This record gives sequence, C-alpha cells and structure tokens, in this order.
Amino acid sequence: MSTSTCQAGNFADEPTLLAALQGGDDRAYHFLVVTHSPHLLAVSRRFMRNEVDAQDVLQDAFLSAFKALPSFRGDAKLSTWLHSIVVRAALMKLRARKPQWKRELSIDDVLPRFSDGFDHRDNPGPAWRSTVEQELHSKEVCSLVRQAIDRLPEIYRVVVMLRDIDGLDTQETAELLGVTTTVIKTRLHRARMALRELLDPSLAGV
Amino acid sequence: MITCRELISFLADYLEGNLAPTERVAFEEHLGVCPDCVNYVESYKTTHKAIPLAYADENDPAPSEVPEELIQAILEARPKRE
Repeated sequence: MSTSTCQAGNFADEPTLLAALQGGDDRAYHFLVVTHSPHLLAVSRRFMRNEVDAQDVLQDAFLSAFKALPSFRGDAKLSTWLHSIVVRAALMKLRARKPQWKRELSIDDVLPRFSDGFDHRDNPGPAWRSTVEQELHSKEVCSLVRQAIDRLPEIYRVVVMLRDIDGLDTQETAELLGVTTTVIKTRLHRARMALRELLDPSLAGV
Repeated sequence: MITCRELISFLADYLEGNLAPTERVAFEEHLGVCPDCVNYVESYKTTHKAIPLAYADENDPAPSEVPEELIQAILEARPKRE
C-alpha cells in the first residue's frame, strides 16, 4: 500500500485506533506510521543533525513503540507518547556516538565577559532592533536561531531542545538526562546566554 | 547595589519569579540605572521566545518529508498476526 492511499477511515478517534493496533490490524499500523512519521522524523532530525542517524532513531523509536503497544493504556495521546519515545531514542543514540567535543564550540567563548574591574559587561553594543519581535516568525530569523542552536555544545543544545522546544519541565529533563535539576537550570541559562550572544550580531540595531 | 555580572547570573531566577523579595528589589534597582542591562534582559527574553518559534514548522511537516522506503522498513518491523 502506498502512503498516498492511506486514509483516516475508522481510525480518526484514538481509542478505535489503539484497539485496532492492539488487535494487530495491519491498516492501523500503516495509519499510525504514515500519520505520525513526518512530525517524529522532524523531531529526530533536530536532535541528530544527520539524516542517517535521524532515520535510524525513527526506526528504533517505532520498534520500541510496537513492543510497548500491548501495555499502552491510552493515558496520554498517541502523538505525545510517540514523541517521548523518539526523544528517548535520540538521546540514547547521542550517548552512543563518539564524543564530538573536539569539533564543538566552547560555551565560555560565547558567554558575556566582564573584565573592567567594575563587573560591567564588555562591549555591550546597541539594543536589539525594535522590530525583532515581529521578525521572530520570519524564515530568516528562524534559520538564524536554528543555526545558533546547532552551534551549541551538545550538553547545552539537548537541554535547550528538551526544555524550550519539547516543553519538558526541569524535573523531567533532569530525569531523562540523569543529572540534577540544578545542573539543568544552570545549563539552560548558559545556553540561552550563549544563544543571545550568537544572535546579537544579526539582531542588534544600528 | 548588585553588579551587572550578578544581575545576569540571577536573570533566569528573576524571570521565573524565584528571587527573594529583597533580591528582586536589588535586581530592579540595578535595572533602573543601567540601560545596558535593560537591553540585555530584553534580548535574553527575545532569545527565549525565538527558540520554540524557530521549530514551529516541526508540528506541521509535509508527509513527503519521509522517504517511502523508511515507512516500509518501519512497517516491516511491526508485529505480525499469528
């Protein structure tokens, strides 16, 4: 069956879809995979920054989901459940990768500096232009922000994604990454400061 | 009065409402006299807003973004009926 022929059919409501999946209905599996893969692959690409790894993660995630489906009670929406499985699969894949620190930016190089003896920020520069808030939806600014996030060292990039994009809270993020909530708060603040510095040359007024 | 360095280190707690009342007063006193820190706080808040917006299209991607071969590989791994 081609993806183009997949119809919502009887699977538009989740309890029906879940019952069909748990009954081993092939059409339900097809519907689940075709419907959710575009968003889930986009999530995986954001974490992995590499198409081969992103596709591997999506496969691993669906395999985990298929195994867990018999015991899934529908407490969360399927989309939320699958999203969390993809995030876990991506984090596992990132942990298994060789450390990439040699190629990474040092976060300290992009944090504000204070060296005048009075704790004033070095070269504060002008305020950001007044139109920035309206530009945040533009392709240009979205692209700048993505590029800046991609430049962050992985331990900071992952925290920004989990907290600010995937919407996890501090406790959930800490549990997923196996660190304390204090570490998460510190990394998130440093990551946002670093992103501000990376965006500053493009968004500051004249 | 707190310094610019201290203000920036307390910024996340300030924005989340986690500063003690006396710390909050000290933070806002500094902002009252330091335009550079006012600019910094505004640009930090804008950065925070920009992060999820940069990935908003993730919620509505085109189905064609997924290779057909990948869909088929995933489906082949599904449990089969006995």
